[in-house]
Amino acid sequence: MDTSTPLVELSGVSKRFGGTQALDTVDLELRTGEVHALVGENGAGKSTLGKIVAGLYAPDTGELRVDGEQVSKWDPVRAQRSGVVMIAQELSLVDDLTVLENVFLGVEANTLGVLHRRVAECFETLRALADFDLDASAKVGDLRIADQQKVEIMRALARDARVIVMDEPTSSLTAHETERLHRLIAQLREQGRSIVYVSHFLDAVLEVADTVTIMRDGQRVRTGPVANETKATMVQAMLGRELAVTFPERRPRADASTEPLLVVDGITTETGIEEASLVVRPGEIVGLLGLVGSGRSEIARAIAGADPITAGSITFRGEKCRRWTTRRAIASGLVMVPEDRHAQGLILQRSVRENISLAFLDRFATAGVIRPAAEKKEAGALAEALSMRPPRIGLDIGGLSGGNQQKALLAKWLVGDPAFVILDEPTRGVDIGAKATIYQLVADLADRGVGVLLISSEHEEVLALSSRAYTVSNGRIAGEVDPAVFGVSDLLAHLFSVEQEIGAIA
Amino acid sequence: MTSTTARTTAPRITPAKALAFLRDYAVLILLAALLIVLAIASPSFFTFANLVNIVNQNTPLALIAVAGTFVIISGSFDLSTAAIYAVGSVAAAWVAMETGNVVLGLLAPPVIGLALGVFNGLAVTVLRVHSFLATLASSLIFQAIAVLITGGALIQVSLDGFSELGRGRIGGVFYTVVILIVFVAIMWFVLKGTVFGRHVFAVGGNPDAAQLSGVRVDRTRVMVFALSGLAAGMAAAIGVSRIASGQPQAGAGLEFDAIAAIILGGTSIYGGVGAVWRSVAGVFLIALIGNGFDILGFNPQIKDLVTGAIILAAVGLAAAGIKRR
Repeated sequence: MDTSTPLVELSGVSKRFGGTQALDTVDLELRTGEVHALVGENGAGKSTLGKIVAGLYAPDTGELRVDGEQVSKWDPVRAQRSGVVMIAQELSLVDDLTVLENVFLGVEANTLGVLHRRVAECFETLRALADFDLDASAKVGDLRIADQQKVEIMRALARDARVIVMDEPTSSLTAHETERLHRLIAQLREQGRSIVYVSHFLDAVLEVADTVTIMRDGQRVRTGPVANETKATMVQAMLGRELAVTFPERRPRADASTEPLLVVDGITTETGIEEASLVVRPGEIVGLLGLVGSGRSEIARAIAGADPITAGSITFRGEKCRRWTTRRAIASGLVMVPEDRHAQGLILQRSVRENISLAFLDRFATAGVIRPAAEKKEAGALAEALSMRPPRIGLDIGGLSGGNQQKALLAKWLVGDPAFVILDEPTRGVDIGAKATIYQLVADLADRGVGVLLISSEHEEVLALSSRAYTVSNGRIAGEVDPAVFGVSDLLAHLFSVEQEIGAIA
Repeated sequence: MTSTTARTTAPRITPAKALAFLRDYAVLILLAALLIVLAIASPSFFTFANLVNIVNQNTPLALIAVAGTFVIISGSFDLSTAAIYAVGSVAAAWVAMETGNVVLGLLAPPVIGLALGVFNGLAVTVLRVHSFLATLASSLIFQAIAVLITGGALIQVSLDGFSELGRGRIGGVFYTVVILIVFVAIMWFVLKGTVFGRHVFAVGGNPDAAQLSGVRVDRTRVMVFALSGLAAGMAAAIGVSRIASGQPQAGAGLEFDAIAAIILGGTSIYGGVGAVWRSVAGVFLIALIGNGFDILGFNPQIKDLVTGAIILAAVGLAAAGIKRR
């Protein structure tokens, strides 16, 4: 490794989001002509670190040096000027513009605002460089995600980027496309560019990266040459910690002869679920294990009545669910705590009390008129039971920390004494204290005979809490595993090999 | 609270809190300031007769703005209220003259308004057209219907009692003022104290979350448009009764006056936040600015300029508050 001045250097960088410490005094050195992988579990801080390099997030504390010079102000525009470009996981293209227009957006060669003719030539040069098969005049909105990603990469090349930060670039690519991307990355490195490669695909990291920084809980575990790592050493470093949270005792599997609470039989949806089947019995916590984008949440949404099913059936409490909508599901005691609490769960402008009572307002109303005392009493009692801080239910919920917002979201569904609860990412962006409360709550629900379907990107928590678990891949239920004997590393190996098989077919 | 375990600390007034208070109650502060200035400037202003007159004149606008508050809180716009007002006006005159029945004539606008409001709601929810476009289009349709009913002319109503609704008084107070007070009280309660009102806030604050919470989002939307149409119809009944003639161009500009008053009151254009009293205050703030121009003898040609500047300032203040969050 060369010892010259790093291209980009972060030292002692910390970043907090609400109640979550996303990064805790992290150092990072990025050298010319290296592919530097950032790996870690979901929530370990690898994406946050990548976004700080590209100027999308400003660090709370810590220093940033570019070419050895300390930089005080750093944002996407300044980063681009210094040759640092990010290709985000959520692509940031203009759907209505063509491929060519997107590639040169913001850096259009012009004279007094009039576009140059030779733009098409520039595009051809870039396309040859990248070896992409893209139609310059196609509308970006009509392209597949993988092709859109290529447009993003060409966009970075058009800016003559010295550093390209790629956040999970292969998550929506086929095996073949991934291989091509990796060839391109090698080529970019030959040209002296540096790549920051944020990924949880460890095989890809081993294949393409020179250096790897392993993250865990917002801290850097170590940085070193990839040549010194194996998949096993990286997994160990990603997980190798004392469990910070203690889980409640695992619920036993229900007797197979027990009448099932929920039977999902071969459902297919327009959201990509194909012939998914599963069973949950009263008092069971059943996990859905899969990678982000595997279809876990879509299965949950279909069961909760949020997305219509086109084939198959759902039977709840022995009755076939017909014309299944969220409203009917809620009325019959099946509720879902959705994945994204801001987009799908909460009314951020309204108070904690109004959010908690929303789904079961009729319980606090006579002939459509709300009885405020009853509403306050119930919301207050739940806020207390879940030890929400501050316990003031009159506050706007938007001002609470992530953990307390999540507690309120859970409280909202507890109001109705549900018989079945789907929890989609119940601890995302939640601090450790709140996590413990939420785990205990889930266990208590199951103790009362409630059926629970648990989804989480923190596989560890699904494995620790579930009585049984299904693996999900590409919109299908891939199999059933016993979480008591299955470790996280077994699981990752399992999920990744499943993904690869499917990738190879595609 | 039955028991207070926390230490009670005297609430401290910080600049941020002061600004937040100012932003929350800007419309009331301005209204009070204007009342005081006008009361001092002119002895004829702060008289019962003048104040009742101001309320009476602005009743149709206030009715529309109060119902419009529900539409805006639910995250939609209703640009068709003026057109509904026009249809209501000519329909009232036409029905009254055809049947000779004053009561039937004056009942027509609210009924028709309700129906046209439901039409708007269905256009928005079934066709999935943005409410701005849907009601812009429907207002053209309604306006055309108004013209077709009259054949482009006026319909004079020469029936005894037709003007009683708009001009009559009970104990020195116009019927219209009583109607307005009752309507405001009911709507205030409906928004704050009922399941429907809560759903209106939820639908405007986060429609996806509302849907996933089992709220009938589409039905709630239809209902707010129906309410808005009903109020426009009621306003039309009062207006047509006052002038005793149905005119297809009646009420022109009312839709924008109502939206301006709602926004000036402090109801969020982004939905999810707002109150009935705010819109009432907004209506009368604009009314007092106009009245003040008359009383103080200012050039009436710059009245709109001043009103516009005040609305811009109020909305700017609210936007500054949103950014700081």
